Amino acid sequence: MATEVSPADELQLTGSSAAYSPDNPAPVIEPPRARTKRTPRATRTNFELYGWLFMRLSGVVLVVLVIGHLLIQLVLDGGVTKVGFAFVAGRWASPFWQYWDLAMLWLAMLHGGNGLRTVINDYAEQPNTRVWLKTILFTAVAFTIVLGSLVIFTFDPNIR
Amino acid sequence: MSTPTLEGHSSALDAAENTAAHLVAITLRVRRFNPEVSADSEWVDYQIQVDPKERVLDALHKVKWEIDGSLTFRRSCAHGVCGSDAMRINGRNRLACKTLIKDVNPDQPITIEPIKGLTVLKDLVVDMDPFFQAYRDVMPFLITKGNEPTRERLQSAEDRERFDDTTKCILCAACTSSCPVFWNDGQYFGPAAIVNAHRFIFDSRDEGGEQRLEILNDKDGVWRCRTTFNCTDACPRGIEVTKAIQEVKRALITRRF
Repeated sequence: MATEVSPADELQLTGSSAAYSPDNPAPVIEPPRARTKRTPRATRTNFELYGWLFMRLSGVVLVVLVIGHLLIQLVLDGGVTKVGFAFVAGRWASPFWQYWDLAMLWLAMLHGGNGLRTVINDYAEQPNTRVWLKTILFTAVAFTIVLGSLVIFTFDPNIR
Repeated sequence: MSTPTLEGHSSALDAAENTAAHLVAITLRVRRFNPEVSADSEWVDYQIQVDPKERVLDALHKVKWEIDGSLTFRRSCAHGVCGSDAMRINGRNRLACKTLIKDVNPDQPITIEPIKGLTVLKDLVVDMDPFFQAYRDVMPFLITKGNEPTRERLQSAEDRERFDDTTKCILCAACTSSCPVFWNDGQYFGPAAIVNAHRFIFDSRDEGGEQRLEILNDKDGVWRCRTTFNCTDACPRGIEVTKAIQEVKRALITRRF
């Protein structure tokens, strides 16, 4: 015998507290973002392909750049205690280290940013959440890259 | 005049008839859900006597036929061909009809759940529509141009060997529902759809490979694969699913460069 449930109450009922019956079945839990006939069709771009390739190639380059950076900064020639304004100024006097740091900045930010983009694609369920998270991510990446590049090229060792 | 029969039983016949000696007591712990009773799913234990050489599906049958007829699950051929009875047994996706009781540690309760990532409709029955939608979307049929040959479309043994592994798929959804990317985002095509696209992309007789590669090149295509190998582990047919996905990726890259 089904208990009378008005539509307004129906939404409140959960679990075993509700009087569910064949005429009033419990709502099933649908997984987020199921594939349906209305799922958008192919966009016919190679963006994801390039993204996937970039992650592999930049990863290999970053291994060399970052391990070299860590060795120079933290291990060789006195370790971390030597790092100061004068040390950085001395290194950035050479264009080689300028471009080393520039490449590391760009690759690390784009590699990490793209990695976070895939995390957002995987885990953010609502379209709005995805858009906002990606906007914040893109802003942070762009800001850091611009600021870092600016510092590397406009660095003045005689600043006081 | 009666048919001549042996008087008494031979010892072998006695042993065969005395089947109870082979039986062991097991506990089936089934994740049950009935929307007509409750919105919550719950674990229900069934104590039964089974031959450990029997399959998990036989144990489920025993429960359904002798203890609780309301237990709901899918099975058709019951011999590992139709792919209806994929379920999560002791936390791993398997076919109940290909899993022997003795192989899933009958000393402990054997947990049985519906496969993950798809809507549970009742007990072990899930809504397979998104799974088959992804399958349809990769166009799993022969696409050719020109006149139809009067006889078979011939193919060399080597050309057939190229995609032999992926022809074994029975669409049980064990791979797709073991994929962590699919759990979080059902828009991903999933391993099964890519395996079935692979079967035609690498078929020398097929001419729709370009279209299928284009479909799988999209944001929900092969680039979402994280090579966790869950699909290869889950496949009851032993298909090297992750390898097939990697081959599609390689084909997309070599096509471009």
